[in-house]
Amino acid sequence: MTAQSIAAGRTDSPSVASSMDAVRFRDVTVQRGGRAVLHHVDASFSAGRVTGLFGPSGSGKSTLIRAIAGVQSNVHGTITVLGERPGSMAVRRVLGYMTQSPSVYEDLTVAENVRYFASIRGGEIGDVLERVQLSSHANQLVRNLSGGQRARVSLAAALVGRPRLLLLDEPTVGLDPLLRRDLWNLFGELAGEGAALLVSSHVLDEARRCDEVILVREGRIIAQLTPAELSVRTGTEDLDEAFIRLIEQR
Amino acid sequence: MSASRTLATARRVLLQLRHDPRTIALMLLVPCVLETLLRLIYAHHRATFDEAGAPLLAFFPLTTVFLVTSIALLRERVTGTLERLLASPLGRLELLGGYALSFGLFATAQAIVVCALTLGPLGLRVQGPVALLVVLAVCVALLGTGLGLLASAFARTEFQVVQFFPLIILPQLLLCGLIVARNRMPSGLHAISDVLPLSYAVDGMHHLSRQVGAGGAVTADIAIVLAFAAGALVLGAATLRRRTD
Repeated sequence: MTAQSIAAGRTDSPSVASSMDAVRFRDVTVQRGGRAVLHHVDASFSAGRVTGLFGPSGSGKSTLIRAIAGVQSNVHGTITVLGERPGSMAVRRVLGYMTQSPSVYEDLTVAENVRYFASIRGGEIGDVLERVQLSSHANQLVRNLSGGQRARVSLAAALVGRPRLLLLDEPTVGLDPLLRRDLWNLFGELAGEGAALLVSSHVLDEARRCDEVILVREGRIIAQLTPAELSVRTGTEDLDEAFIRLIEQR
Repeated sequence: MSASRTLATARRVLLQLRHDPRTIALMLLVPCVLETLLRLIYAHHRATFDEAGAPLLAFFPLTTVFLVTSIALLRERVTGTLERLLASPLGRLELLGGYALSFGLFATAQAIVVCALTLGPLGLRVQGPVALLVVLAVCVALLGTGLGLLASAFARTEFQVVQFFPLIILPQLLLCGLIVARNRMPSGLHAISDVLPLSYAVDGMHHLSRQVGAGGAVTADIAIVLAFAAGALVLGAATLRRRTD
């Protein structure tokens, strides 16, 4: 991919935090097992775009997502989610959260799983199953599905009810390239419908599919910028190389 | 508290059970096998069978339901579905209420099956009304659900949760009056047994097997057992942390 094609990506929206932030972190530190896994994080992202959360395994991506979902303990600092506190009823009503490992009931069918989450938050299951390409597996037990299919059931459970805020922790891991492309297209569609999406991944190549990326390493945010800005600032189109140069620039 | 979310959760738990017929079969059959075994042990001591058969009718469902419920909730924690539910609009009491409802319903079926076998083919003789015996067995199963949910709130691993069985259930078996009558225990132990729910279940069963007009006393015992079950459920919801490390 050339620098031009990266620059031709969705770069129209500014990377500077606006007053329309869906989620805002202000000096957030999270302790786990006596040590800090997030250090004084300041970040924000807004609705209507796909924000990628990139970093190696163990960098604090899941902790950051859990803190927004309101299920992480020992969070110090301020996190505002759609103007409310994380974990408040107002947030839980409009939040779709996909955990890193597929958290669905393997002794239920695909449809039964998604229907249960629909009964909690509202919404229709047919449309969602179609979007994650599982309509033909609706009546199969999850325990008989492949890992990639399970991940999509888990994604469907997060998407049902059209949540305004989607936190997707590594939704494309282990999927074939074709399906990955389709899912990133879907994330773009959902953002187009006005949702705020935070999508984590450790595959830096997928950063190209985001409107904006937040790069995390060792519990600190290294940079928050558009994919185009990333290649300009680091002078390379290779995203792995760009990540390395960013770290060395610091 | 939303009734629809509680019902949806109960329905989901029952659907999970439906896809696991072996567990259903085990839960229905194991208490029956144990009561049959008891009948065979006391083949030549009918009076002893009558004395022990009714209290154990309360104890066996308590054990099976306790284990199934505590492991079911622990499984939600381990697989991450619990975290997902805690990030959803589902309330903690709605979640536990759903569990209590579904396992309570299942326990009713279990109690009816084992009571039918014990009072019918096995020939257990009771003086009090049979209907109350079934009701008491169901209430004890509800207690098992409540205690199971409470126990799993403190367990992080499968190893921990199964250890809660000998910790929470077996002392109650020793102190409930089945082995030594409660009023013949040292006063300290008697006082402890007064605050353990199984004591009231076994008292109720003893009333039913010994006295004709035991309705009033048994109803009081049932109310106490139900209060313990509700208390365990509320305590379980209160100790279920939304935020974890």
